[in-house]
Amino acid sequence: MSDEEETQPTDEQKIEIAKWFLLNAPAGEIQYIAKDMKAVLQDETLYITAAAEAFPLYNKSHMICLDFPDRSGEVMVTPFSEIGENEYLDPRTAQVAIVDHVNQVCRRARPANDEELPTPYIEEYRYALDIEVTKYVSEAYPKGICSVHCVNGKDVEEPGMDFELVVVISAARLSPQNFCNGSWRSIWNVEFKDEAQLVEVRGTLQVGAHYFEEGNVQLDAKHECKDSTMFTSPEDSAHSVTTIIRHHETEYLNSLQTSYSKLPDATFKDLRRKLPVTRTLFPWHNTSQFSLRKDIQKNLGLEKKK
Amino acid sequence: MEAAMGLMRRIPPKHSEAALSALLSLLPHHSADLLSQVDQPLQVLCDVDSGKEFILCEYNRDADSYRSPWSNKYHPPLDDGLYPSQELRKLEMEANDVFTVYCDQYYEGGTSSVYIWENEDEDGSRTADGRRGYLEEGSWEAIHVIEVVPLDEATARYCLTSSVMLSLTTNDESSGAFNLSGSIRRQMNMDIPVDEGHLCNMGRMVEEMESKLRYSLDQVYFGKTKEMICTLRPPSELVQTSLPEQINK
Repeated sequence: MSDEEETQPTDEQKIEIAKWFLLNAPAGEIQYIAKDMKAVLQDETLYITAAAEAFPLYNKSHMICLDFPDRSGEVMVTPFSEIGENEYLDPRTAQVAIVDHVNQVCRRARPANDEELPTPYIEEYRYALDIEVTKYVSEAYPKGICSVHCVNGKDVEEPGMDFELVVVISAARLSPQNFCNGSWRSIWNVEFKDEAQLVEVRGTLQVGAHYFEEGNVQLDAKHECKDSTMFTSPEDSAHSVTTIIRHHETEYLNSLQTSYSKLPDATFKDLRRKLPVTRTLFPWHNTSQFSLRKDIQKNLGLEKKK
Repeated sequence: MEAAMGLMRRIPPKHSEAALSALLSLLPHHSADLLSQVDQPLQVLCDVDSGKEFILCEYNRDADSYRSPWSNKYHPPLDDGLYPSQELRKLEMEANDVFTVYCDQYYEGGTSSVYIWENEDEDGSRTADGRRGYLEEGSWEAIHVIEVVPLDEATARYCLTSSVMLSLTTNDESSGAFNLSGSIRRQMNMDIPVDEGHLCNMGRMVEEMESKLRYSLDQVYFGKTKEMICTLRPPSELVQTSLPEQINK
């Protein structure tokens, strides 16, 4: 690597590198990375190109939440709420937000038109699930946000066909002054299967934490799970699905805690003991007990000349 | 340069190699600084003469070759590489032997290498000592750089900069993929009489530092990230759960 210092990377390569750094930013830190990246690139145009490509991907993957300009509500920027370029649907207020990704704000909002919204039949299910999940999230997460979208079959008018809803839950705790940030993201796919009269639930949970006072320690954990329940009325299905979500998320949190408590005992100790087997500090002055040449060591210490 | 270090503090530790490569290509003029300030996972090579492993790092590198502390030879062979003076080489060999035992005592396995060289400007010598313990699920890598400056006949000043890189990964059915990694850097300065020899003083400093770092990593860093998760979503004792009867009709 060091022998090719004369060959600068191409503009394309620089853009790819900038994008990579931006995309790998921990939760809530992309603006800091952006600032540092600009300084390292020293080229405004290249940075702008990279940012334009990286920010939308980052925002959607981290499911950031933006306020509507008139404070009428919030919209979550996710792959599931995206209905057009930079346009994101909030089903609760039936509004579409036009979003500025790089600055991470909602520029303006417009009412959603009928084609963009699900049918009343689907909306019943979506709405019921939304109510239950919102209740759950407000109980389980001090600062969580959630949203329910229809990703498949939003035009289904009556029973007889399959459709699919997605529940997204996101919670972030940002404390840059304490050098600590963290995020929890869950995505639950809820498939309503008409023929089997079954609802299949698949969840992906992702947790991250970053502590960076005089160092850089990060946790990156991911988990997938499945479950199912009966296809019943909107309210009952909503209640069952939410119970499933609650159960699995709680279980996962418990298993994370178990992993953490195993750390000092099992894994850490295997890497480096607190003390040697002798239960005393290493005898530096008397290593001859390990049959080494003590004399040379002493002589070298005295002979060191200027 | 400050911006580059800022980036390194935020990028996930598991990507630190890729990040460093990227930064080196973007900032070729700063490559010396970057390489010495950013710690990378340590790799080992096998010394052809003794069959023992040695650690590759900035401190035993010249061009693209690395000098083995066991045979004092460059791998791959290099015509005019840098070598420590005879005197330093003796100290280096001694140090390597002692640290191997130290490594064994604390790490019950693992690899350690000590490199000593003379600093051109001052009358001091530097010792770099890499330590590497490796487990199936994780790794601990430590680099300690000590700058030794004789103050007078009887004492010397030791400036120690240590970094530890740690990586723990588990992947099982119940908890999914769990990856916790990080690196921390600390410094320590001491003025110590040299009557017991440099090796003794440096060894004690390294031992003390490693213990502190291990404690730090354990309590502060891992503790903090765990605390963060519990803040995000408090444990279930605070949440009421009720199973509906309808599920089991």
